[in-house]
Amino acid sequence: MSEVAELVKEEKKAEPLFSKKNRKLISNPLDSDNPITVQVLGICSALAVTTQMVPALFMAGSLLFVTVFSNLFISLMRNTIPSRIRIIVQLAVVSLWVIMVDQLLKAYAYDVWKQLSVFVGLIITNCIVMGRLEAFAMGNKPWPSLLDGLGNGLGYGLILLLVAFFRELLGGGALFGFKVFEAIGIKYQGNGLMLLPAGACIIVGIIIWVQRSLNGYREAH
Amino acid sequence: MQTKKEDYNVRQSNGYIIFYAALLTVVCGGLLAFASQALKPAQDANVELARKASILSTVMVLEEGANVNQIYDTRIREIVLDFNGNKVNKKASDVNIGAEYRKKPEERLLPVYEFLSATDSTKVENAVVPVFGFGLWNTISGYIALEADFNTIKGVNYAHVGETPGLGARISSNDIQDRYKGKKIFDGGELVSVVMQKGEGLDYSSDPHKVDGMSGATLTAKGVNNMLKEYFGCYEKYLNAAKSANQQASL
Repeated sequence: MSEVAELVKEEKKAEPLFSKKNRKLISNPLDSDNPITVQVLGICSALAVTTQMVPALFMAGSLLFVTVFSNLFISLMRNTIPSRIRIIVQLAVVSLWVIMVDQLLKAYAYDVWKQLSVFVGLIITNCIVMGRLEAFAMGNKPWPSLLDGLGNGLGYGLILLLVAFFRELLGGGALFGFKVFEAIGIKYQGNGLMLLPAGACIIVGIIIWVQRSLNGYREAH
Repeated sequence: MQTKKEDYNVRQSNGYIIFYAALLTVVCGGLLAFASQALKPAQDANVELARKASILSTVMVLEEGANVNQIYDTRIREIVLDFNGNKVNKKASDVNIGAEYRKKPEERLLPVYEFLSATDSTKVENAVVPVFGFGLWNTISGYIALEADFNTIKGVNYAHVGETPGLGARISSNDIQDRYKGKKIFDGGELVSVVMQKGEGLDYSSDPHKVDGMSGATLTAKGVNNMLKEYFGCYEKYLNAAKSANQQASL
């Protein structure tokens, strides 16, 4: 019995940091298990902060930071957390990192902070963060949890930037504030719809459509 | 050694939960307090820079990447007045507009930011005065720049804390702020301020004391109107004195 246990232990020790399983933790949320397009979490901020690339980039970075560190810390604490107050403990840890991000942005990226402050605050209740803590970090070791946070943060950021790319390009004719169409000499009248939340809904919908047809998704009957 | 089950049971006891919650609070609170203190200087510098930028934005167009601190230091002369228009020996940066607002108008300290000519640093091109008041949900504030006649509005910059996005929050957009340009606050010798009207889409370009309203945000507009009226009243003695000094100079 103990021999078997030791064997299992040995095997686990030998597992490389980026084993196939661990790599999947990062790659799955980017595509087949994407938090926005598949799990449909975090839609609120995906609609709100994606009119331009810069705020979307900062929002993606902030969420990445929060998911990684919340996942890591909850995983480290997972064996001590009393199950009756586990949601509150998770919330406390998430808010800790969210306020950290908020304060850091206020100190080093003030203009972005003014634009994002509300949404950074709302990361606390962002379903992605809580969902990953409850579904993954509470039951897994720190390293895989960290990777899971990284994967989901990146998956969220990827969609955010993709949506922001189209919205800023089509809505304002620019990318990162750089007037693309003017630079190549095309007169472009910005499409106002793309700047409204409805524009984001349409783009997210198209992304989901493209992704599903690429992955061969079929609605179960 | 404890088994897993015993360990689990310990974690369910009330004592453990209370201890755990208390410890967590102290640790998280401590970390946040530390972060807040460590980042405060950088944050204060940002707030100060934003204040300077919003003052300058009423009189000039700030290019992206402009050295706001340098422009502010060379072009802006700060003075602080009392209600009677006399200079008070205080620094404008030490005056908290929001705190002054809670005092009676006659007791307020009133900063003026004089925008000096680029070529002649004794010549005041514009006077920028701060304003403060209540919108619909929370405080609103701003800066009003007046031309050298101390009557015509050169530009305004409004900020708000909690007005409704898309409605009252529009006061911080250029679209609304540009409507104030060229309006006059005095009619002859009488202070009448500038009043934002109810309803939107009408042309008030022929009336120097009215600006087009914001549809759906009449209460915020009322707050803005009260704010302007009150603060122009506070600065009236200074404006009158400056106006007559200016007229004599030009004679």
